[in-house]
Amino acid sequence: MSVPRFWRKIPQRYNLIGTQCTSCERRFYPPRSFCPDCRRSGVIEPYRFQGKGEVVTFTVIRSASDAFEQQTPFVLAIIRLDEGPRVTVQVVVEDVSEARIGMRVRSVFRRIGTEGESGVIHYGTKFVPDVPYAE
Amino acid sequence: MTGIITYGAYIPRYRIRLEEIARVWGDNAQDIIGGLGVREKSLPDVDEDTATIAVEAARGALARREIDPAEIGAVYVGSESHPYAVKPTACTVGEAIGATPNMTAADYEFACKAGTAGIQACMGLVGAGMVTYGLAIGSDVAQGAPSDALEYTAAAGGAAFLIGNRDPIAEIHRTVSFTTDTPDFWRREGQTYPSHGGRFTGDPGYFKHVQGAARLMFEQTGKSATDYDYAVFHQPNAKFPRRVAHLLGFTPEQIEPGLVVPTLGNTYSGATMIGLAATLDMAKPGDRIFVTSFGSGAGADSFDIEVTDAIEAETFRRGGAPTVRQLLSNPIYVDYARYARHKGKIVMQ
Repeated sequence: MSVPRFWRKIPQRYNLIGTQCTSCERRFYPPRSFCPDCRRSGVIEPYRFQGKGEVVTFTVIRSASDAFEQQTPFVLAIIRLDEGPRVTVQVVVEDVSEARIGMRVRSVFRRIGTEGESGVIHYGTKFVPDVPYAE
Repeated sequence: MTGIITYGAYIPRYRIRLEEIARVWGDNAQDIIGGLGVREKSLPDVDEDTATIAVEAARGALARREIDPAEIGAVYVGSESHPYAVKPTACTVGEAIGATPNMTAADYEFACKAGTAGIQACMGLVGAGMVTYGLAIGSDVAQGAPSDALEYTAAAGGAAFLIGNRDPIAEIHRTVSFTTDTPDFWRREGQTYPSHGGRFTGDPGYFKHVQGAARLMFEQTGKSATDYDYAVFHQPNAKFPRRVAHLLGFTPEQIEPGLVVPTLGNTYSGATMIGLAATLDMAKPGDRIFVTSFGSGAGADSFDIEVTDAIEAETFRRGGAPTVRQLLSNPIYVDYARYARHKGKIVMQ
């Protein structure tokens, strides 16, 4: 990924910044600049998602592209954020057999990948199971 | 009065027992565990580093108190393991907490005390009225060369302290430092792992500087160990802070809440700050906390802290982020091979 391409998406990758239509309150991630329901009467503004959601479905990646082969096996899931939109994102679990449809998850800040040994480091959002800490 | 507005800590879930490291290198595990007073240490996940730890700690701090991130005018990240040689970790943290763009930022480096140096810088900026809030973070994925003595304790973790003067949960009455040019620990440019002077890091390094700063604080405030409820010292192992506490007149009970090294290891820039976070996790209004960090090279920063009523006010949610004890609970233990993979010690083709 080119440096400008990564840099442009930093707000979305770090902080789950999407958009919402203030006319109908529909929320979008990745951000949309036009509401398909309200069309010209829709007013779009940035919206920060809270980073909580639920696994809709998932797959286990055991044979990944070069950039991700050091992380295999890992869980790639479609998560429905509590505010509505669905995102495709990695879920970090110690054992891939822990992943379940319907599992509650929360966002964390992690390394997504690097451009080799000397290129930029891509940071962003992954999810982990949303389990309470022991008392 | 300038003080701590909120704080947060982060420790990765992975641990390796010292027996496992000793097994690989043929060392006597019980001698090492007995000598260091450390049983296990933390390590990062494969996708965690100093920046991700710093961000999680900072987000924990902001989860405990409603703060407009735009009012954070300074972000300093202290570490000896910044992900980039050139490109500030502090910018990534600032962006990830929504404090950019109207802020100053820099990465600090002073072995294990770079984080407390950040607290001092923030105190100065807040005291001068230049910023409303300053965020100081100590975060490390500490490096120890394979089979080196440091490998038994070099750990991963960090803590973030938001400094300001609007209703702090703990006032910082005073800070003093004691610094000399002492080559007890270093890493040359381009080297992967640090080098050290072995036992030389003890008396001329740790003990001279920690006592130097602590006694300077006693002299300037007219206080002594008995005037404090708790004390936190830099903890490269459990032996050093226990001995220096004894030398300064503190009791084992005073340092116990902040002595997290036995099950965490030495998180370098994070070490003293996680110890302070663990102490604040259970502190009550009126408690007086004595803090002294240490960084090889060498220097020590002392802080005279008093917890205020705000720590129990509705505006501060101590339960809004995990406590240090909670972060230390439920660990995932790994063997040396997995540890080597997580730490990037295996060279890939």
